Amino acid sequence: MAELADAAHAVAEHGTEVLTVQEYITHHLAYLTYGRFPDGHWGLALTPDEAMEMGFWSVHVDTLGWSIFIGAAFLLFFLYIGKKATTDTPNGMQNFVEMIFEFVDARVAEGFNGKNPLIAPLALTIFVWIILMNTMDLVPVDWITGLASLIGEHVFGLEHMAFKIVPTTDVNITVGMSLSVFALILYYSIKMKGIGGFLSELAFHPFGKWMLPFNLIIEVPTLLAKPISLGLRLFGNLYAGELLFLLIASMLGIVQLPAHFVWAVFHLLVIPLQAFVFMMLTIVYLNAAHESVHDH
Amino acid sequence: MNFNLTFIGQSIAFFVFWWFCQAYVWPLFANILEERKKKIADGLEAGARGQKDLELAQAKATKQLKEVKVQAATIIDQANKRAAQIVDEAKDHAKEEGQRIIVGAKAEIDQEINRAKEALRAQVSSIAIAGAEKILGSSIDQAANEEMLSQLAAEL
Repeated sequence: MAELADAAHAVAEHGTEVLTVQEYITHHLAYLTYGRFPDGHWGLALTPDEAMEMGFWSVHVDTLGWSIFIGAAFLLFFLYIGKKATTDTPNGMQNFVEMIFEFVDARVAEGFNGKNPLIAPLALTIFVWIILMNTMDLVPVDWITGLASLIGEHVFGLEHMAFKIVPTTDVNITVGMSLSVFALILYYSIKMKGIGGFLSELAFHPFGKWMLPFNLIIEVPTLLAKPISLGLRLFGNLYAGELLFLLIASMLGIVQLPAHFVWAVFHLLVIPLQAFVFMMLTIVYLNAAHESVHDH
Repeated sequence: MNFNLTFIGQSIAFFVFWWFCQAYVWPLFANILEERKKKIADGLEAGARGQKDLELAQAKATKQLKEVKVQAATIIDQANKRAAQIVDEAKDHAKEEGQRIIVGAKAEIDQEINRAKEALRAQVSSIAIAGAEKILGSSIDQAANEEMLSQLAAEL
């Protein structure tokens, strides 16, 4: 963070602080993007504008890469602990992993009434994966991003290479997950109730068949709101947290150290809470998808 | 805020991780916890059984102790009886022995008396003759007075 303060001072000397703070934040909010240029060839976008022009046919290499790396690391670590675990008195790490396991298992047991052995592993995957992705927010904002920029500049010749390390501050990542959950809601609704049952739930609730249009007006947005709120809640919380870290880093000079600390402590609450909320809502939504409503 | 292919990549990762978790990770811990639960249940059951066994063993031991005490008392009783019996027998035996000794001594005394009587009887005749000779001043033919003398000895 000392480097950061130096950078801020250097910025101040050049007399263009406001613009540079904006540049700093813009740089930190940009993604390392690989995609199709308007002329048709594929490559890394060198500026945020280029990334913009790529539109849909591009991939955020940094956030998706971290997301996959973190998910794989978590699963392989759990697998490693599970392989050497004993049924006798568990030691440190096994204890820790079992604690998480039992926590998730208990939440699924109380939140999910159906009999689907796939829901608990899903909840575990979501919970731990999101917690770890969120935790990347606690890595000081310039450590890995700064290092990547240096490597990008000196090894690959990319000036101001963007490199975002918190996957959940990328709306693509959170919505990617919430849409996957939405797909599961649709799949299990249709599987458990049949296509007719699912559609009748949309059309004949809550007011019965004579009020069908009203029912649709109520039920369809309710259904569609699920993935959107699920994805955007997580994104919004983490994006705001990240943005505040960036503002502190770019504007407070040396005072940023206690300010970072205070915000990080507060953020420690947000990180598991948002992961927990995402997991619980997934469980609740899928529970509703498995249960049919018998009120008429 | 670009909305792009990244979300499809994330969705694919989501399903792959979910599949991996339910296939490899979840069962490991589910089995371990299940096994440990069983182990603990077994352990508790064994503990309870041990407790019960201990109680039974204690009850049995107490019962055996009681029986043994009764037996010991019986044995001591019998031993006392037997001892008294032996003493009685010894007493009887001693009495008999004493009686026998007394009887033997009496017989011996009688014999002694008889023997002394015989000796006296043997000597009576000669004393009588000697006395008579002194009185008569002459010798008496012993053979002539044999009948009278033996009659005299027999009267003694």
